[in-house]
Amino acid sequence: MFSIEPSVILRRTIHSEGPTPQPKAVRQVVTVIKQSTDINRYCTGCGTCTLVCPNEAIEPEYNPQHKFLFHKNRGGYPYRRGGRRNDPRLSTLDRLKFTRISMLTDPALDAGRHEFRIRTYLGRILPAEELPLRFVNGRLEVDKTSGKFIPPVREIYPVMIGSMSIGALSPTMWEGLAMGVTYLNEVEGMPVVMCSGEGGMPQRLLKSRFIKYFIPQIASGYFGWDEIVRTIPHMVEDPCAIEIKYGQGAKPGDGGLLMAHKVLRLIAEIRGVPMGVDLPSPPTHQTKYSIEESVAKMIQSMSMAWGFRVPVYPKISGTRTARAVLNNLVRNPYAAALSIDGEDGGTGAAYNVSMDKMGHPIASNIRECYLDLVKQGKQNEIPLIAAGGVGKTGNLAANAAALFMLGASAVAIGKYIMQAAAGCFGDEYNRCNICNIGRCPRGIATQDPKLYRRLDPDKVAERVVEVFKAVDVELKKIFAPMGRSTELPIGMSDGISADDPAIAERLQISYAC
Amino acid sequence: MCRLVAITSKDYISPMENILALETMKEGHDGSGMGIILKNLGGEFEEMKDYPILSGICSKDGLHRLDEYMERVGFQLRHTWTPRIKPVKGIQRRDHYFARVYEYPEEYKDRAFEEKEDLLLRTRIALRRMGEDDESIIVFSFYPDIITIKEVGDPLQLSEFFGLDDSNLKAKIIFAQGRQNTNYAINLYACHPFFIQGYGSMTNGENTAFVPIREFLMSRGFPGYIGYNSDSEVFTHILHYTCKILGYPLVYYKDIITPLKTSEIDGRPDSEVVRLLKVTLRPLCIDGPNCVIGFTPDGTCFMVQDSKKLRPGVVGGVKGKYGLMSEECGLDSAIPQRDRSLDIFPMKYDMVIVRPEAEEVVVWNQLRG
Repeated sequence: MFSIEPSVILRRTIHSEGPTPQPKAVRQVVTVIKQSTDINRYCTGCGTCTLVCPNEAIEPEYNPQHKFLFHKNRGGYPYRRGGRRNDPRLSTLDRLKFTRISMLTDPALDAGRHEFRIRTYLGRILPAEELPLRFVNGRLEVDKTSGKFIPPVREIYPVMIGSMSIGALSPTMWEGLAMGVTYLNEVEGMPVVMCSGEGGMPQRLLKSRFIKYFIPQIASGYFGWDEIVRTIPHMVEDPCAIEIKYGQGAKPGDGGLLMAHKVLRLIAEIRGVPMGVDLPSPPTHQTKYSIEESVAKMIQSMSMAWGFRVPVYPKISGTRTARAVLNNLVRNPYAAALSIDGEDGGTGAAYNVSMDKMGHPIASNIRECYLDLVKQGKQNEIPLIAAGGVGKTGNLAANAAALFMLGASAVAIGKYIMQAAAGCFGDEYNRCNICNIGRCPRGIATQDPKLYRRLDPDKVAERVVEVFKAVDVELKKIFAPMGRSTELPIGMSDGISADDPAIAERLQISYAC
Repeated sequence: MCRLVAITSKDYISPMENILALETMKEGHDGSGMGIILKNLGGEFEEMKDYPILSGICSKDGLHRLDEYMERVGFQLRHTWTPRIKPVKGIQRRDHYFARVYEYPEEYKDRAFEEKEDLLLRTRIALRRMGEDDESIIVFSFYPDIITIKEVGDPLQLSEFFGLDDSNLKAKIIFAQGRQNTNYAINLYACHPFFIQGYGSMTNGENTAFVPIREFLMSRGFPGYIGYNSDSEVFTHILHYTCKILGYPLVYYKDIITPLKTSEIDGRPDSEVVRLLKVTLRPLCIDGPNCVIGFTPDGTCFMVQDSKKLRPGVVGGVKGKYGLMSEECGLDSAIPQRDRSLDIFPMKYDMVIVRPEAEEVVVWNQLRG
């Protein structure tokens, strides 16, 4: 727990020499590595010491008997940090396996040679009974005279990059992600999309044709939205969608928080705020009176801003009340999806107690929401986006596929891509987790040029592309033996089993042991 | 894998033609069930085309309860056909096999056919539920001009058991399946062909997308979308949903169960509609392997394949008589006089459509629309 630091000390040593040695004290000023016992200077495990030690003599070591939380509240300030929930146990998603294997009665597909369609839809989907179709000369055609509104629907890759703001992320990290996403779309033909997080986006990107790969997020602080709204007339393409953030899985009930250390010039300009001040967003939208009207109005206002050509959907933190939210959205014809962020989601800054003890796991939350939609026959009308701990232990494709089979139409990732594309140090043992103070040793979550210069955006982009291409192969390796290729197996719950009967019962899937 | 034999003809034919064709494919079915649907009936049913026919099996007690129920609803028994059962070793005889022709209840006689159809469906479901637990009442169809026969056993032996070889049971469209039991317990309700409100189909293969499709259908709020003892029953219900509930032309069935890729849709003259259907009816997409053979109320028969794995399926014949079968040897048995070089083996984009009265065969291509 204790950190080390370089220091200078006066050292007294005793020398005894000669045939009848007389001890002699010698005082020397020497440079040493000193351990600090100040709780506020604890070792974060960032590993920088191993990079600088010429003798490879030091490295951080986790002490499982630490008493950190008993003391990290000096001055009456609770422990605040960034990162993720400090719970290294396997998540429910990692306890699911794919057990319906096509054998003999149904030939398995070839993941390498068959054609797979790994795509999903983002947007409100009209039920067939409401499509304005008419029968003309033996064919159906869209009845343009009906005046029926057909909501916009985007075809996207079902693994999205979730909301991480410019501000929370360093310019090099965000740029790397954005370049990777654009490359995947433009060169690889994979329609991967990315959400901006709260705080706006650079004008150049807003006005570029690449904005169609991005989902600007509006959150309770409305940071950056003056700039976005002013740019709308100059935009040459519509964004992929608009995400309205009502909650975040890592810190339910808290608004976004960008601490003053990170509000430097670039961020201040994009967000339209002064430099060097804390930017706490309220826990909820101040205009929100009730979901029936204010949320509906917000969804409709955002839809109207882009001429009803852009899907608008809310994001909430995982909660036992998610079904209530969903059922309200089902009745709102403009709500394009519902994104649910489970407790294993990450954040740039929050109280430790919120991160560790607040929130709902994503697996059962998404499952009960999906089954609720099934009961109403609306399972294909309002897509569910699952986030929060997808790929927590590195099994991104498996976690994503399991969530599809539980009922998610898409998944969003954050921490996974930070670790895979930029080598984030964070883990569930509270390693590093200092995203909040702007001193990210990897240059991912900092606005300090000395630190973010450590990160090469081209290399981040390259890794993003590699990650998505690899996930695509892995998803095929899951779907192929299950015999699925034409559509994403959303709700194919007979394909998965849990290794725990209680989990199986809760998720209404089979138990396999 | 199940073996399928459908014959559509302008003249009345005997179900024995189907049975003998199934016999040529014997290595492909295991005696776990045979189902036959006869449509456009001849013989003693020719004059009773407007009256609903209840096809099923009952125990003694079940028949008594069935009679009581039908009487209570107001259906009057007009005619009964029962097979002349000949005991055959290995086939367990049940008490009553029947096809009973009823007159509609008095208050329904002048109502629109849709209302009559609704009554027939509700009645069939009620009877099914009454006998489901103890198998005292098993009903397969209740509809005008349709007879369904199902039982566990080898098709040829069952034809002897039911005395089909010397019965006067005839029809213009006959679908028959020899079942190869794969995933479920032997259950007569799992036996193809399946039928609902004028639409019928049978399938060889396994439906990997069964659960999401079943959930989608069951949540449509239509009372007939129940059962699903077999994963193939959903194909019949998707057909019914497409053509009857949504009112789409038959060819869109293909677009719904095997949607085109986005890039392929652009080539369709009705691309805007196809794109909408692909999104809106995404849960009805099948992944195969399946060859689906079906019919619609007007007597059109068709065959489609899934888009990737494909099961055996061939259509061939002569004007006035066509066979839609899982194996060519069945066609050789049923229609030997045809020109084999004209046989059609539908591939991933094809829907082979045989017009009513076996007038002509059309291959509709999904890419061109």
